[in-house]
Amino acid sequence: MKKVLTTPIKAEDLEDIHIGDIVYLTGTLVTGRDDVHRRVVHEGMTSPYDFNGGAIFHAGPIVHEEPGNNTLISVGPTSSIRMEQDEEDFIRMTGVKMLVGKGGMGPKTTAACEKYKAIHCVFVGGCAVSAAVHVEKIEDCFWRELGMPECEWVFKVNEFGPLIVSIDTHGGNLFVENKAKYQARKEECEAPIIESVKDYLVIE
Amino acid sequence: MNKQEARAVMTDVMEKFLGLACKRLPDDVYAKLKECREKETSEMQKVIYDTYFDNLEKAIELNRPCCQDTGLLHFYINCGSEFPYMGIVEEALREATSKATFSSPLRQNTVNWFEERNTGDNTGERMPWLHWEIIPDNSDLEICTYFAGGGCCLPGCAKVFKPSDGYAAIVKYVFDAVSDLGINACPPLIVGVGLGHNMENAAVLSKMAYLRPLGTHHHHPKGEKLEKDLLEGLNKLGIGAQGLPGNQVAMEVHVESSARHTATIAVGVNVACYAHRRGFITFHDDMSYDFSKSYKGVEL
Ligand code: SF4
Repeated sequence: MKKVLTTPIKAEDLEDIHIGDIVYLTGTLVTGRDDVHRRVVHEGMTSPYDFNGGAIFHAGPIVHEEPGNNTLISVGPTSSIRMEQDEEDFIRMTGVKMLVGKGGMGPKTTAACEKYKAIHCVFVGGCAVSAAVHVEKIEDCFWRELGMPECEWVFKVNEFGPLIVSIDTHGGNLFVENKAKYQARKEECEAPIIESVKDYLVIE
Repeated sequence: MNKQEARAVMTDVMEKFLGLACKRLPDDVYAKLKECREKETSEMQKVIYDTYFDNLEKAIELNRPCCQDTGLLHFYINCGSEFPYMGIVEEALREATSKATFSSPLRQNTVNWFEERNTGDNTGERMPWLHWEIIPDNSDLEICTYFAGGGCCLPGCAKVFKPSDGYAAIVKYVFDAVSDLGINACPPLIVGVGLGHNMENAAVLSKMAYLRPLGTHHHHPKGEKLEKDLLEGLNKLGIGAQGLPGNQVAMEVHVESSARHTATIAVGVNVACYAHRRGFITFHDDMSYDFSKSYKGVEL
């Protein structure tokens, strides 16, 4: 069955979700990346969009702007790891419950997700058209002076996804666990090939 | 046709061709991606492939670039020695790149060193990037276009080993590149391996390797076997699409080589992502053109 989370998200909604699960999001998804984090965490500014119970999208979209009628052309997640430094404070200060981006995040965010009950999910990379068409409409825009990729775009979404859970509220981190598994297998996979080329320096 | 007319034709055709090649995968890559999908069994992998194909269909339907990162433009050129318009090619490709940036549209990704300002039209110092090979006694011009996205350029690397490291060094180097940064380059990947005698010739060969049409092999039986063995070995790592658990981190491994110095073993590794936007187009000496090698039944 499709697991759909709806904003505002409560801590209880996230209890049964584990790394590797696939979820979808209905409600509101708001973009915010480096500059939004910096303003909230370092410049003491309050986000005009109230992230409490909300979802933040680490992404910079291309929007065709027309007064009263903004259309989304493409939106692809950016590497979430860039937000690692500030995400813990951002979660604590805003009460955001879901982070959406690309690739994994580090130990600080993992700890914050466990403590403050939030999750991090990845949207499939390189699929900007799919992402854009799953956004029903652009409802609002804040901090536009930060520029198109950096400002807060408020998207109305309906079953936006698939979103793969990469950090859960139980301390799990999918990317860290996977990387360790791949590294552990490497030697075993290389061995037969190394064996087969061992005499290749001998004249044919 | 005089040179000015030939230049106008090539600019126009290449602008449109870039518009096509950033939105649609070439036939051989699309078919291979479908094969890879069949080999994945987990629910997560199926969901990722569904998204890949949904995205590729929507890109064509809505006429938008399939990935937001349309990269920097590379042109690998095989120019017949008898092709009459060699002198206008570079200018035509530059102009086509600039125009396609707005008409496709492509993302503006290009920045000149030290100036650090976006050039706005994806041209810049030595950009688009051109690589020429001269084909004797031939009157065609074959251009291979490539959109080099940031994520898939990151894992690229080249290194020179000592002969005492043996062919084993090649194997380990490829596994390291793929299992470390390669997993973030939107697998399944086409892994290009260049074998040479120094750093830059191995690097260039690794690029030529991943541009090669799928289904072709290294000319030496041992080279072909190495391609096959590396593909099988990499796909046992347990990595699938998007670097998440699965069975197919690589669509294909291609090896290209040049003779080596007795004292060195040089290896280059370059990876191309699932959105392998590589298209071949051939101009004949009357400037008629054909791109059915990459895209059958499609018009500009
Ligand atoms: S690796 Fe390829 S598909 Fe992924 S975001 Fe970069 S260019 Fe796009």
